Amino acid sequence: MIFTPDFKLAVGPIEIAAASISMLFVVALLAALLKNSQRLAITLSFFLAAVASLLSVIAGIWAVGSGTTNQIVLLIGLPDLPFHMRLDPLAGFFLTVIGALSFFVSVYSIGYVKGYLGHRSVTSLVIFYCLFLAGMFMVVLADDALFFLVSWEIMAAASYFLVIFENERVENRRAAFLYLVVAHVGAIAILLSFGVLAGFAKGPGNFGGYTFDAMRQAHFPVEWATVAFLLAFFGFAAKAGVVPLHVWLPEAHPVAPSNVSALMSGVMLKTAIYGIIRITFDLIRVFPWWWGAVVLILGLLSAVMGVLYALMQHDLKKLLAYHSVENIGIILIGVGLAMIFTSFNQPLYAALALIAGLYHTMNHAVFKGLLFMGAGAVIHATNERNMEEMGGLIHHMPWTATLFLVGCISISALPPFNGFVSEWLTFQALLLSPSLPSPLMKLLIPMGAALLALTGALAAACFVKAFGVTFLGHWRGHHNPHAHEANWPMRLGMLMAALTCLGLGVLPTFFIEWMDVIAEQFVGSKLAASASIHGWMWLTPVSYHRASYSGVIVLLGILIVISAVYLFLHVKPGAIRRVPIWDCGFEKINQRMQYNATSFAMPIRRIFGFLFNVREEVNVVPHAGHKAFPKRLNYRLRIRDRLWNWIYKPIVGISFWVSRKVGKLQQGRIQIYLLYSFITIIILLIFVR
Amino acid sequence: MFKFYMPVNVASHIISFLAALVLLTAFGMLVQKRIYGLIRLFTWQGLFLSLNTAFVGYVANKHHLYISALLTLSLKVILLPYILHILIQRLKIRKEVETIVNVPMTMLIGIALVILSYHLTAPIRELSNLTTRSTLAVALATVMLGLLMMITRKHAVTEIMGFLAMENGLFFAATSATYGMPLVVEFGVAFDLLMAAFIFGIFFFQINTAFDSLSVEQMARLKEDD
Repeated sequence: MIFTPDFKLAVGPIEIAAASISMLFVVALLAALLKNSQRLAITLSFFLAAVASLLSVIAGIWAVGSGTTNQIVLLIGLPDLPFHMRLDPLAGFFLTVIGALSFFVSVYSIGYVKGYLGHRSVTSLVIFYCLFLAGMFMVVLADDALFFLVSWEIMAAASYFLVIFENERVENRRAAFLYLVVAHVGAIAILLSFGVLAGFAKGPGNFGGYTFDAMRQAHFPVEWATVAFLLAFFGFAAKAGVVPLHVWLPEAHPVAPSNVSALMSGVMLKTAIYGIIRITFDLIRVFPWWWGAVVLILGLLSAVMGVLYALMQHDLKKLLAYHSVENIGIILIGVGLAMIFTSFNQPLYAALALIAGLYHTMNHAVFKGLLFMGAGAVIHATNERNMEEMGGLIHHMPWTATLFLVGCISISALPPFNGFVSEWLTFQALLLSPSLPSPLMKLLIPMGAALLALTGALAAACFVKAFGVTFLGHWRGHHNPHAHEANWPMRLGMLMAALTCLGLGVLPTFFIEWMDVIAEQFVGSKLAASASIHGWMWLTPVSYHRASYSGVIVLLGILIVISAVYLFLHVKPGAIRRVPIWDCGFEKINQRMQYNATSFAMPIRRIFGFLFNVREEVNVVPHAGHKAFPKRLNYRLRIRDRLWNWIYKPIVGISFWVSRKVGKLQQGRIQIYLLYSFITIIILLIFVR
Repeated sequence: MFKFYMPVNVASHIISFLAALVLLTAFGMLVQKRIYGLIRLFTWQGLFLSLNTAFVGYVANKHHLYISALLTLSLKVILLPYILHILIQRLKIRKEVETIVNVPMTMLIGIALVILSYHLTAPIRELSNLTTRSTLAVALATVMLGLLMMITRKHAVTEIMGFLAMENGLFFAATSATYGMPLVVEFGVAFDLLMAAFIFGIFFFQINTAFDSLSVEQMARLKEDD
């Protein structure tokens, strides 16, 4: 890549970011060349990808920290339509998030991808992994509609090839196809949205409107701005997996290799959040309050539905995928609230909501990445994705279990980890709604807070299930466990993510001060003035009297309790004894009789069953003709997404119907085709002469 | 050099007469059922076209039209009919040409097309001051009749005849509207036509071996069923 020289400063953050992207392209090329030495290709490529990600993190932290905006025009692109790159604090923030998780996952991949050695060639995995990272970096750096869409497509195409990596199974190909369809329908909507914006930026017919700079200067009529926003929101929601556009997500994420799932779920979805923030707060700038309400309502819907679906899953990765839907919902609650507060001209509250959303974006990236990496380690060790076939893995994989537990606590929004901080901030923002002038909002938004609380509780239940069934108890599987602990690069990747979770949870004031510049830029107010007024230890979003949280003190408290319990139980000899389980005198108890995932989720299924398409079958084969003595008992449970039947099946049906009707034009007879052209010519001659 | 100047009126009458002959052959091809008859008519049409081109070149004093006329003569009166003859002999086509729409109906549609062409070219005839302007309608009609022939016939060889007749119409239109295309273009088109004839010929052999028939209806079998 060639850059227009910047004479003032030789190296700025944007140059570092550009270097990181170029490096990823070079690594992709390198991986292609190292086709014949797979082991070396894995180590070298993922190491270099980790370095490139680290460069992006540096660029991002620098850009946000200094609060500056850098722009360069690349010498590539179409004639007269060059690509523009711009690194402002918002882009810098997302660059940091994407770069940080990419760094952890790249380190993890050095160990994880070696698991494929001897089974299949990993060259395509490495190449598309690098292109995927580069695509994500470019999406947040793009400063014109053309470059944005090109990067967006690189990202989508690369992730498609990653999803289809294990392509011998039909379900993988089906999932990848579904993903590709949804991604493209979304991309079309985004393209149209940019078309509307560019048309108004410099008038139709002037191509100069395609840069974001031109759009920033422009004034949009409110009805066209609404069209552009709704299109863009639809497109980005399809990528983010907002209910009801989430169907691809639980299909595609589980079948991809786990390091890729970590990236897709952790950061690829976040590019959609970036897009929503960029379009609304930066490009359109002035919007009516109901846009925020749309985002908020869909966010709430995604949060609740996502977690309920997740609870019903027994596939570890599918469960995590549904939790991505939930967490995207929580992020959108923050973003939607920020939009509502902005349009009612309450910048401080808007800043709180926006920071809450962004903080959750960062948190979700880290803990979801951690959880997917942990799930990858488990699946790698057991060759099993179904939780019902796992159990007791904490004895075989103590490292993975502990690190996975950190992820579970984080995602369940429990202190002292990071999920708590951002969800707590979101709550604070929701509870500020009485200050809004609209009575409708005053009444409805606190209900949103209730739904968010429900989500948090259900998420905690879900991860009690996920962790408990996977790691605790005894092995439930049919075949004997030969589970082994994850190797060192994998452990290192997970460890770094877990430590980041802790850091983000304990020291939120530092991070909030760091990213405050984004809020200042887009909603015109800083949060840090009130948030860290009582020193770095206390997070006080609005005022000390209203609410405060100190991660450090909570951590200290928890440490004291844990060490006291440890001293009490472990130092005194004989306090812990291992004995067989009490079987109530049944004597034939086996490991299949343990409390399992289905039984754990059953009460919640009874309450929320109307939301799902549940089919339960019990088949008793009686012994000696009497039902009281079953010889064998078959239980089958099938839970399906109702939305698939309600929304997607009709769409699929209609497309097939239309295709069949259009197919009638194709008679396969040459005379008919000639007749079509003949009639067309005659009609054109008569009407357009 | 001696040059005989003909009165414009007479010249335009002669051009109209030749145009009428071209149109007549086009109608003839539309009703002709035997394949040798079709080729004969096509030859005649080429001859009239060539004569017309030469005559227009003489009247309008455009000498490159002579070359066009020679090209037409050699290609459409001698070479293409010869190729088609060989093709038919090799393919052993004896049958009469089947039509989808019956002949009187085809004629009626053809007449409607001629009327439509006159109607369509009326504004052009008023604007233009070329001697040949009245023949533009005939040229357009010839194109449409060629297309009509392609639509109403089932046999693959008649498809190519229709195609060639259409090309005749286009050539005629070029002569009558602008005194011919640039020579380079005309050479290119003539060469393309020759190539098309060869390619059609090869395809017909392939189709014949694949389907044991040259009826294009058989090709409907190629359609993918759902």
